[in-house]
Amino acid sequence: MASIPGHADAGHGHEHEHHHPTGFMRWVTTTNHKDIGSMYLWFSFAMFLVGGVMALVIRAELFKPGLQFVEPEFFNQMTTLHGLIMVFGAIMPAFVGFANWQIPLMIGASDMAFARMNNWSFWLLPPAGTLLVLSLFMPGGSGGVGWTLYPPLSTQMGIGMDFMIFAVHILGMSSIMGSINIVTTILNMRAPGMTLMKMPLFCWTWLITAYLVIAVMPVLAGAVTMILCDRHFGTSFFNAAGGGDPVLYQHVFWFFGHPEVYIIAIPAFGVVSQIIPAFSRKPLFGYASMVYATSSIAILSFIVWAHHMYTTGMPVAGQLYFMYATMLIAIPTGVKVFNWVATLYRGSLSFEAPMLFSLGFLFLFTLGGFSGLVLSMTAVDVQLHDTYYVVAHFHYVMVAGALFSAFGGVYYWLPKWTGHMYDEGLAKLHFWLSLIFFNVTFFVQHFLGLAGMPRRIPDYAPQFAEFNMISSIGAFGFGLTQLLFLYVVIKCIKGGPKAAAKPWDGAEGLEWTVPSPAPYHTFETPPVVK
Amino acid sequence: MAQTGKPLPLLAAALALGPGVAQAAYKFNMQEPATALGEQVYFLHNMMTAVCGVIFVAVFAVMFYSVFVHRKSLGAKAANFHENMLVEVLWTVVPVFILLAIAWPVTKTVLGMRDTSNPDITIKATGYQWKWGYDYLKGEGEGIHFVSNLSTPQDQIHGKAEKGEHYLLEVDNPLVVPVGKKIRILTTAADVIHAWFVPALAVKQDAVPGFIRDTHFRADKEGVFRGQCAELCGKDHGFMPIEVHVLSAEKYAAWVGEQKKKMAALADDPNKTWNLGELKKRGEQVYASNCAACHQPTGKGNPPAFPALAGSKVVLGPKQAQIETELNGRPGTAMAAFKHLSDVELAAVITYTRNAFGNATGEAIQPSEIKAARK
Ligand SMILES: [Cu+2]
Repeated sequence: MASIPGHADAGHGHEHEHHHPTGFMRWVTTTNHKDIGSMYLWFSFAMFLVGGVMALVIRAELFKPGLQFVEPEFFNQMTTLHGLIMVFGAIMPAFVGFANWQIPLMIGASDMAFARMNNWSFWLLPPAGTLLVLSLFMPGGSGGVGWTLYPPLSTQMGIGMDFMIFAVHILGMSSIMGSINIVTTILNMRAPGMTLMKMPLFCWTWLITAYLVIAVMPVLAGAVTMILCDRHFGTSFFNAAGGGDPVLYQHVFWFFGHPEVYIIAIPAFGVVSQIIPAFSRKPLFGYASMVYATSSIAILSFIVWAHHMYTTGMPVAGQLYFMYATMLIAIPTGVKVFNWVATLYRGSLSFEAPMLFSLGFLFLFTLGGFSGLVLSMTAVDVQLHDTYYVVAHFHYVMVAGALFSAFGGVYYWLPKWTGHMYDEGLAKLHFWLSLIFFNVTFFVQHFLGLAGMPRRIPDYAPQFAEFNMISSIGAFGFGLTQLLFLYVVIKCIKGGPKAAAKPWDGAEGLEWTVPSPAPYHTFETPPVVK
Repeated sequence: MAQTGKPLPLLAAALALGPGVAQAAYKFNMQEPATALGEQVYFLHNMMTAVCGVIFVAVFAVMFYSVFVHRKSLGAKAANFHENMLVEVLWTVVPVFILLAIAWPVTKTVLGMRDTSNPDITIKATGYQWKWGYDYLKGEGEGIHFVSNLSTPQDQIHGKAEKGEHYLLEVDNPLVVPVGKKIRILTTAADVIHAWFVPALAVKQDAVPGFIRDTHFRADKEGVFRGQCAELCGKDHGFMPIEVHVLSAEKYAAWVGEQKKKMAALADDPNKTWNLGELKKRGEQVYASNCAACHQPTGKGNPPAFPALAGSKVVLGPKQAQIETELNGRPGTAMAAFKHLSDVELAAVITYTRNAFGNATGEAIQPSEIKAARK
């Protein structure tokens, strides 16, 4: 696998580019996939902190029964923005950041297919994030309607709601462009000999995710545009008095919303599928079945949307159909978990931070999958829907799933990105503290939900007090722990032991054939894969 | 709080010993069900949790075995297998059968839950921002209707008074039903989507404005069961609880008699002409239970969603426009229609707003004017 390393003197120009802006303009004008990948990751971390502070406002208010810190309207705005910012501002851009950095390196391409569109799809994000935060300062504040933006509540809100709708539009455009870029890059720019079934699994998961994004983001844009029209242009899509139906919105929203869950989870599967074999020093078990399982999950995700709506009053045939279809998803998901465990079995395991986060992911994501199976049963879901059980369930999938996988990915590729090894001791501490505080925060929420505590309430009955207090303590611990992550990353960028081209002895793939840090331009002559 | 330490050892025990222990303390599981369907739901949840628990332990026993035994630091050498058709087929097919076995009992319960036919009593529950209205439509008690508001004092919510035993889960007028009878609840809403949720009765049904949905329960024991609105409905979503009193047949009959008498006493003579003082007095009560949550007891509102009534152009303008607004609401804003209030109530509350908060039109709106405007 010969490759011609690019110029190591990054930033000093290149024979094709005579003017290379420096400083801030470098980042504004860059079309380099590595620069753009880094910007995505930093943006997503900044949004993660903003959304995290909002989560802490929520948990502070819920520390004790009674209203202490914020008014109910503001509380609702916090839950809404926390959801939108974490989903669209933090997790999705984080994985697009990984895609930008890693996909060209993994398939032996020199850059992304549409380098200028890549720049544009990143630079749409900061204005969208700004709109979301600015909505708080509008008269009446932001929309306190939940991240699902259900009408008619969302048609009641003030101008902050319009800010959110436009932010969702812009974020959607950005993800669609990012996904078109990923699909085109993977399908057209693979090195000679890199067949689809030889691609690292991370590329496969992103290929599938990108198709999901292209399919459902326009649906979300349509749904929020209909809200905008109901709000300002006298239409009645979701207003019964004008012949519309509020529940129609929920169907359209969840037709986007359920695949969205997998848009977040599938790239996380991909990252973990790179890390587990590397630290087991053993090839991934069942590569082909992983590809098929991931594709089945993606396809099934289009036909289960109304399991979020069992209590809206759909006909019993609908309830049963959506229950059976939802249960089916357990099968390909189970296959993935079994494959990962089989990869570990009889390996030669070591436990650096990326591996710890991947094992944490495997254990806790599976727990979240099981609570999902409990919720798939219509009769039980009717009891648990819109309670803290659901909040616990999706945080197991989103935080212990997607976020842990992202942390693992950052530690795994940080030596390649920076040329330095990170501080392993601190990174392990980051893992153990995250693991403990995550469970303290969210495990007890299962019990709150079972006991009947509804979600999205700023105050609660005394019988829920103990678990809420435990959960709040965990949340503050989890939040503070993430500052440690920031410290480890900055420390690694500033210096540290030099990283070899392949710092992990069990790692496989083209990205480890280029020096660390990866030069500004790589694979200008494609490598040949045998 | 001395109690905070208590759940931790219990939690640890529950985690260590699995679902068996978790069920022992009700705090770790669903509320004790009070209906036969609720029993089924309770069972299904326990069964699924146990099935998941067994699979979880089996799968992660393998993971932890590998983590502890196949360590590089212990000199483990990696094997090189990466495929095995047989196990791949097995772990795809076996879960299918497990799921089929589970789907069967759940299907039966779902069919039972959705069978709302042949009720003994039918009650309509209407969600308002932020209270519930109940109308007994059919069966014993037909014709009774009332509004059910949170009865927890504001001082308790804001920490100025000790919190009561049923803090946030208590109302002024609870829903009352007889034990052992099939109660069909029709849900709808006047403004946004709410959800009628009483955990112990295993009932949760969205209340969608402009549509009627239904659900049902048959309580098999007497008692008080408490729940909350479960669909985010705006500012006071957390403050619109549901309280259901299940009474014996005799006590229920007595309650119905009492309610009918009360309603007869309260019924207003539609032809009576009211004076300003009477209207203002009545209007103040109507305002407190229907308007004050948004427009505030001071009439200063909470702009921009909830405009002030003090000095408002509508309130100080021609009365016809205000009557129109009260009856039909303002589509596209938070202002809901209030045509479900009686002519007297509407006349009183309009008169009150035009003569309170510093507004002084001196006008007395008569119920007959509301009646005329309804047409
Ligand atoms: Cu409500």
